Amino acid sequence: MDARANPEGPLPPLWHYGETEHDPISTKTLGFWLYMLSDALIFAGLFAAYAVLDQNMNMADGPTAAQVVHPVAAFWQTLAVLSSVLAYSLATVALKTGNRARVLLGIVVAIVFGGLFIALEIGDFVSLFAMGATPDRSGFLSAFFVLVASHGLHMMFGILWMLVLIPQIIRSGFNTAVVTRLLNLRLFWQFQASVWVCVYVFVYLKGTMP
Amino acid sequence: MLVHLQGPWSPLFGRLTLASIPYSNPIIIFAFVFTVIAGLAAVIPVLYFRKVGYIFREWICSVDHKKIGVMYIILGLVMMFRGFVDGMMIRTQQVTADGPTSPHFLEAQHGYLPPSHFDQIYSSHGTLMILFAATPILTGLGNIIVPLQIGARDMAFPRMNAISLWLTVMGAMLVMASLFIGDFSDAGWVGLTPLTELPYSPSVGVDYWMWAIQISSIGTTLNAINIITTIIGMRAPGMRWDRLPIFTWTTLSTSVIGLTAFPVLGVALALLGADRYLGTHFYTAGMGGNLMLYTDLFWIWGHPEVYFLVLPAFGVLSEVIPTFSEKPLFGYITMVAATFAIAGISWSVWLHHFFTMGAGPMVNTFFSVATMIVGIPTGVKVFNWIFTMYRGRITYTTPMLWAVAAILLLLVGGITGVMLANPAINYTVHNSVFVIAHFHCMVLLIVFAAFAAVIYWWPKVFGFMLDEANGKRFFWTFCLATSTVFTAMFMLGFEGETRRLDYLYDPHWMPMLIVEEVGIALYCLAVFYFFKMLYVSIRDRDKNVCGPDPWGTARTLEWLTHTPVPFYNFAVTPQVHELDELTWRRERNCETVMPDHYEPVHMPNNSMVPIIIGILAFGFGFGMVWRIWWMAGGGLAGIIAVIIITSFFPDRGYTITPEQMRELEAEHLRRRVAVSTASVIPLAEQRLV
Repeated sequence: MDARANPEGPLPPLWHYGETEHDPISTKTLGFWLYMLSDALIFAGLFAAYAVLDQNMNMADGPTAAQVVHPVAAFWQTLAVLSSVLAYSLATVALKTGNRARVLLGIVVAIVFGGLFIALEIGDFVSLFAMGATPDRSGFLSAFFVLVASHGLHMMFGILWMLVLIPQIIRSGFNTAVVTRLLNLRLFWQFQASVWVCVYVFVYLKGTMP
Repeated sequence: MLVHLQGPWSPLFGRLTLASIPYSNPIIIFAFVFTVIAGLAAVIPVLYFRKVGYIFREWICSVDHKKIGVMYIILGLVMMFRGFVDGMMIRTQQVTADGPTSPHFLEAQHGYLPPSHFDQIYSSHGTLMILFAATPILTGLGNIIVPLQIGARDMAFPRMNAISLWLTVMGAMLVMASLFIGDFSDAGWVGLTPLTELPYSPSVGVDYWMWAIQISSIGTTLNAINIITTIIGMRAPGMRWDRLPIFTWTTLSTSVIGLTAFPVLGVALALLGADRYLGTHFYTAGMGGNLMLYTDLFWIWGHPEVYFLVLPAFGVLSEVIPTFSEKPLFGYITMVAATFAIAGISWSVWLHHFFTMGAGPMVNTFFSVATMIVGIPTGVKVFNWIFTMYRGRITYTTPMLWAVAAILLLLVGGITGVMLANPAINYTVHNSVFVIAHFHCMVLLIVFAAFAAVIYWWPKVFGFMLDEANGKRFFWTFCLATSTVFTAMFMLGFEGETRRLDYLYDPHWMPMLIVEEVGIALYCLAVFYFFKMLYVSIRDRDKNVCGPDPWGTARTLEWLTHTPVPFYNFAVTPQVHELDELTWRRERNCETVMPDHYEPVHMPNNSMVPIIIGILAFGFGFGMVWRIWWMAGGGLAGIIAVIIITSFFPDRGYTITPEQMRELEAEHLRRRVAVSTASVIPLAEQRLV
């Protein structure tokens, strides 16, 4: 009924009693989704910069994309990052039953595969530096290194986050704060894997095309 | 990898030497003395009244959204004052440096500012006014008002809210530091590439500009996350989406813009930073750099940023005009649709900032048409406000005067904007002061709305009204000054004066330059009346105390609770029934009905973490600017460490028990009764006379 229709009528309740506390986990998760959106925009900017600078004139007579990308080697990185996400997802499956040991095991495996990814990437960078392909060589290489390293930096932060969570799980179990962080980290980790898939397609696979 | 710099560098102080302090420049010495005096004027009373502990515990460490909002607005007003002084110096330089026979003072050949100093001043004028004056004032308003309008107790993430504030403050502090230690960017507030690259700007000026914006824009992004989450998740029962006040809608849309646009600015500046620190070639003039990449990335943020500022200003007008027209807002749904239409289109118009850069006719046409389309939802808004006033009972209080004048400025700025959206016209007046006059009309409309908002909501926050007589003097002098300066500037633009000139070659511009200078004098008068308004109001605050709804005709939920708003906002969460909830209750004579019993209320604790993170961020920024690596690395590592450590000790908050709440409420109810019997504020009916 339209309340405006009858100003003389009996008043509906003016104050709300009872539970108005909003679910802290869903509030924080919403906030984290929004943060991920801003992170996505950062990557959108970096991908745009890469697309602009991935032109012949931006190579400055230096190495071309085909000379610096190794899709097969990077495929091992792809497997590492996807395995890490799988392990972490299994950890969150174990979270549903509250199995602390399995959650910890999943996180440790995720850290190992994430670390493997970082190690492979650093190895790749070292070999590129050795052949003279450095970020200050050309506009194209600047975009290549900054895009790939920005993703790598995100991966390192994810690993740091997992390392921080392990003692928190051991210390306080699955309380609201820890569960929120575990769920948001899953979001973060899967997002970084998706970004890597984009990097792999737009940088590594596309780079080999003539 | 690290760029090798010429000049001295030491591990302890980086590039910082005693010679970096410009103590030989009398203008900077004067600015320094003035800043010190103003700083002491703020600090000495605190020390004298022994309020250091109070200020630290209750303000610096506060997580209360109202106090954070107030601090945002204070920061914005202080920075606006500095930006105004910059503007005054620009105008005075131009009027004294017109024509070959113009006088010269100090070290300048013409006027009193040498070119590099003049360039720094207009760069800091733009940076300060947009990022450190308008943005904090509007963010602060959103902080104060939005949780109250939706009936929430606080923001979704109170501590992150304080972190946003202190990051913004530290960005502003970096700009202030650049005044006295080193120099500021002289490449314009937009940072023209490749001028901002190391070979052409080897000093620390660009670094100051870059890190100040970078740090504060992280604060703005976090604030946007906070506001969106608050509006989606913390609304009072019954506050459906179709009952959300327009100011909350506009703050939501503006936060969506802030959340999506500021990261792009972060990328644009981070890539510039890579160029300046690591020697990469994103925007360099050779080696495969592409300076248009910067221009595009910057304006992909830059144009949404304009609407980021103007939408909350529109929201303010949509609150002030119905209140003082005593009518509901005309066309609520179209207003919301127009808001989001503007926010959406804001993403597809950025290229109109550089039509002349040769993108080609098809691209220019697309962006030209997209830009003109913005005029449609904006026009809807203007007509909605006018129809709201039509046959309303209008009272011209100070906020209403500001609001009506803002509509007029929007017309002037908007119509010249549609002119500029036409590439053919744009080619003719590009980079002329016609463009400057156009966008000053737009940003001054934001300033007008901000003053309307500050005066409108002041009593709600502080419990007493601002002095109307001096407020109106302030308004009229400011209005007159605005029209004087910018009418002349439009004309100078047509006469061919280009922007950013430290020396003007055409003596025929002199008459209009003098008119502009007269306008600046009027602005000074307006600033005087602003301070007089504050002084008189604070002096007579006991005479001007006011109740929950001091204007008598306000419509939305924030006017329902006590004045000044208690730290818990609402003793019991209100049940919302209608779009204009307070009007709904007033019509049923129940706007003063208070809850008869209370329930426990959970509140967050104050925290030192935000200010610590802020100080560490300043250390990081200052260290990066001067390449003091231990300071920059320490700042960054410190921030990460603080975040990790605090994650082990989550804030459990505290609970206000019903008994405590009864005492707190009794205090406020006593004040209500005292005010309602002693009030000198005329009722709406009496104000009409």
